[in-house]
Amino acid sequence: MKQNILALLTGIIFGLGLCISRMADPNKVLNFLDVTGNWDPSLMLVMGGALAVTLTTFRFVLKREHPVLTEKFQLPTKKDLDSRLVFGAALFGIGWGMIGFCPGPAITATGFGLTSPYIVVVMMIIGFLTHKVLLDKG
Amino acid sequence: MENFTPYSALIGGALIGISASLLLLFNGRIAGISGILSGVFTAAAGDKAWRLLFLVGMVAAGLAYQSILPGSFEEIADFPILLLITGGFIVGFGTRMGGGCTSGHGVCGIGRLSKRSIIATIVFMGSGVATVYVLRHVLGVV
Repeated sequence: MKQNILALLTGIIFGLGLCISRMADPNKVLNFLDVTGNWDPSLMLVMGGALAVTLTTFRFVLKREHPVLTEKFQLPTKKDLDSRLVFGAALFGIGWGMIGFCPGPAITATGFGLTSPYIVVVMMIIGFLTHKVLLDKG
Repeated sequence: MENFTPYSALIGGALIGISASLLLLFNGRIAGISGILSGVFTAAAGDKAWRLLFLVGMVAAGLAYQSILPGSFEEIADFPILLLITGGFIVGFGTRMGGGCTSGHGVCGIGRLSKRSIIATIVFMGSGVATVYVLRHVLGVV
C-alpha cells in the first residue's frame, strides 16, 4: 500500500517535471534535436538537471542494504553491450525524431486534452507488444 | 538559439531526478517510463498496481498543469498523422528492444554509471538528431 502511494506521488512529481521543463512539448523536443536549424539547447539542461540529482543521490541510495519499503533493489542485470541495445536505441531515436515524443512526455501529454498524445501512446503500446511477440518470446 | 529556457529546464529536470531518486530509495525501482508502461501489460499480476499508479500520477500532473495554465501545451499545426502513427510505433518497439528510453537509460542508467545506458543515450540522441535533420532539412516535412 505504501509502495503504491509512493508510486503515485513520484509519478506526479515526474509529470510536473516534464511539464515545467517543457519536455512534454514535442515542438520543443524537435527544436532541441534540430542542431543545424534554430537549435534550442534547453532540453540538454533538463537531462543535466535530472542527472545532477541522480548522479548524487543514486550512489548513496544504492549503498543501502535494501530500499525503505521493500526487500531488494530491482536493477537491470545486463552489463555487456549487445546489438539489440544499439539497434533498439537507434530505432527509438528515429521514432523520437519523427514525432518529438518519447514515452514519458507522451503519457503526461494525454492529460492536456489534445489528440496526438493518445495516438502516440496507443502506437507505442502496439510497438511494445509487437516486440514482445517477435523478439521476446520467453 | 531561440526560445532558450534554461531555468525552467533545470528546475523541471531536477524534479524528474528527485522523482527517480525517491522511487529507487523507497520502492527499489528504476523510473524508466517505457519499462513501467510495458510492464502494465507484460509484468506479473502483483507487479502491476504501482506501475498503473505511477502512470496515473504522470497523467494527473499533465491534466493539472494544463488546467491551471490553460493553453500551455498545443498541437503542432498540420502535423502528419501518418508520421505520428509510424513514429509512435517505432518508439515503442525501439525502447523495448534497447531496454529503455530517455528516462530509464538517460536519467537513471547514467545516474548509476551504467555503460549500456551511456552508449544507448549517445545512440538515440544521435539518431534523433539525424532523423530531424533528414525530415526538416532534406525532405522538408514538419
